[in-house]
Amino acid sequence: MSSNAITIPGVQIDEKPWVDTLHEWVTTVDHKRLGVLYILYALLFLVVAGVEALIIRIQLMFPHNHFVSPQVFNRLFTMHGTTMVFFMGMPILFGFANYLVPLMIGARDMAFPRLNAFSFWLSAMGGFLLYFSLVGANGLYGAGNAPDAGWWAYAPLTARAFSPGHSTDYWTLALLVSGFGSIGTAINIIATILCMRCPGMKLNRMPLLAWLNLVMAGMVLLAVSPLTAAQFMLLIDRYLGGHFFDTQAGGSAMLWMHFFWIFGHPEVYVLIIPCFAFMSEIIPVFSRKPIFGYPVMVAATVCIGFVSMSVWAHHMFSVGMNSYANSFFTITTMAVGVPTGIKIFNWLGTMWGGKIQFKVPMLFCIAFLFQFLTAGLTGIMLGSAAFDSQLTLSYFVVAHFHYTLVGGVVFGVFAALYYWYPKITGRILNETLGKLHFWLFLIGFHLTFDLMHIPGLLGMPRRIYTYEPGRGWDTVNLLISVGGFIQAIAVVIFAANLVVSYFKGKKAGNDPWDAWTLEWATSSPPPAYNFASIPLVASRRPLWDLKHPEDQ
Amino acid sequence: MSAMANPFPQAPATWRLPDRGKVAMAGLIIAESAIFTIFVVAYLFYVGKSLTGPTPREVLETPIFYTICLLSSSLTIHFAAKSLARERVGAFLGLWVLTIVLGGTFMYGTGQEWHRLIYEHGLTISTNLFGTTYYSLVGLHAFHVTAGLVMLSIVAIFAVVGRVQGEQSRRVEVLSMYWHFVDAVWVVVFTVVYVLGR
Ligand SMILES: [Cu+2]
Repeated sequence: MSSNAITIPGVQIDEKPWVDTLHEWVTTVDHKRLGVLYILYALLFLVVAGVEALIIRIQLMFPHNHFVSPQVFNRLFTMHGTTMVFFMGMPILFGFANYLVPLMIGARDMAFPRLNAFSFWLSAMGGFLLYFSLVGANGLYGAGNAPDAGWWAYAPLTARAFSPGHSTDYWTLALLVSGFGSIGTAINIIATILCMRCPGMKLNRMPLLAWLNLVMAGMVLLAVSPLTAAQFMLLIDRYLGGHFFDTQAGGSAMLWMHFFWIFGHPEVYVLIIPCFAFMSEIIPVFSRKPIFGYPVMVAATVCIGFVSMSVWAHHMFSVGMNSYANSFFTITTMAVGVPTGIKIFNWLGTMWGGKIQFKVPMLFCIAFLFQFLTAGLTGIMLGSAAFDSQLTLSYFVVAHFHYTLVGGVVFGVFAALYYWYPKITGRILNETLGKLHFWLFLIGFHLTFDLMHIPGLLGMPRRIYTYEPGRGWDTVNLLISVGGFIQAIAVVIFAANLVVSYFKGKKAGNDPWDAWTLEWATSSPPPAYNFASIPLVASRRPLWDLKHPEDQ
Repeated sequence: MSAMANPFPQAPATWRLPDRGKVAMAGLIIAESAIFTIFVVAYLFYVGKSLTGPTPREVLETPIFYTICLLSSSLTIHFAAKSLARERVGAFLGLWVLTIVLGGTFMYGTGQEWHRLIYEHGLTISTNLFGTTYYSLVGLHAFHVTAGLVMLSIVAIFAVVGRVQGEQSRRVEVLSMYWHFVDAVWVVVFTVVYVLGR
């Protein structure tokens, strides 16, 4: 049976005035359109926060540089971090979860389509609220017009005395509002996966992407809620004269640190687990082998979910906890490396002996594996309390977490974009431009973030707006900045590819990669109702069964 | 569109999945529990650390009666939902309104306590750490009770005009889950504020 036999005939496309189209997109409750909105919104903020990063790198290119003032520098790194985590990372991964989960489990939509739209618009408003501070935050004389207390906003920097005006309020409100959106989406993902599966799609037959997003959504519930609570406390302090983080009245700045990192560490896993999910779908297809060790992958993910809830204070080794706390958090941090290592072995096991096709999505996956492994190794180094107290707050830490978030999450997201773009638009992204994008981005990434470990080891602190010449940091910083620009050029090529391929790309058909999960059973792009008739599933690879009926 | 070949065989009749309303409410309860946990931790962390008075021992009185009201409303809502499932709409409406009355009484008790603390003892949210943590924890809970009362009242209005029948009983059960959660949180808040915190 060829895959064409299951084509759903194209839905009639009528020419509509653009206002009608816009109205349809704004009022949509379709999970696919909301998924696309999430992704576009995240890509917009990727550009914004990317430009902020470039300005930071221009400032640090040479010693004693005066490209921006120290005050503006503080605002830049605060906005860059906040934007990338909350308004680029989370939305783009929620976008993929929204688009793919219902298709992969054979459902027609999410469990609560209107809640889904509500959550998206909450998240979107959060992002705009954060940037509204640029025009709306000037409160008092001398008050900054953008949040500048760092993405973790340690007390007492956020107290009224140190953050006059309204920039910190916009920061708090933006995170609060988008946090509600994240919790709504997480509840929706959980309800969809548990309650909307098509007949025969037992839990142990679900694609790993669905499994991993289930774990991610559970972690959002447990991780984003503490942040929401802490933001409430901060608002109470700032507006009602409360004393939660007010040391003058006996309050504790440490408490904010704990609350923030109880959110902050699991957040990293909220960002990386969906990328593990992309790996687990893409690597098998381009290795032409089923995933190696499916049950172990599920178990390892659930295990990561639990263990990563109890490692948060490894971000606080240098603030003076007692030795028991330091030992506990060192041990748990080391322990989380075990299930992560298992996953890397499973992906390698999937590739081992397979007929590997080096298409662009697969290239990004292979780079992901090596880079995430390296990031994990520096993570183990920093997870040890003794070593961490030497390197914390240095560029070594900046290099480590950018290795996870760029080398891991961004590479994973690029792999996913190349892999599912044909499903979303009906056209394949240009392979030549894709390879150019991949190699340029790879070179730029390694130039920037491999080298960034060195000034860290040499003692360059993070968040300084400039430095003295002759400390051995000069050349390295210049090269790091050059790497940043190479990455920017690669992203511009990618953006051009997105646009050009949308109009001129090769037609994808239903199933351009000869894959096995249900989203490839329907047309590209899928009709509003996803499947003309709800599928019935008898194995983990329903499309394999369709294509090879003799196998059953 | 012409008739197309259906590649997938027909669905078996035995495929059953959990109710999405209940699963979603369970998810909300997990998220809310995490929020309350943070506020409870903050309360316990700051017990006895206020630099000025008044202290909990001086001003707090244990609200036994109102606690009994709130906890018994869990029983009434449970039997209300049971009655609706058995299509006994009259019994449902009676028990449902009783739940609202009990919840309302609890809120009256909280209001009275706050009035007494503010006007007799001068304790506000900005007085000291006790004030900050007490009003935010008890207030967060009171907010959840109020939200619950609003939702219960909406159902009551629908029931009075005859729009709540047996087929709505699954939705009513979802709301009842929320109410049980609010009651369970009060057990924790009560223990922390009126027993451990004094
Ligand atoms: Cu961490």
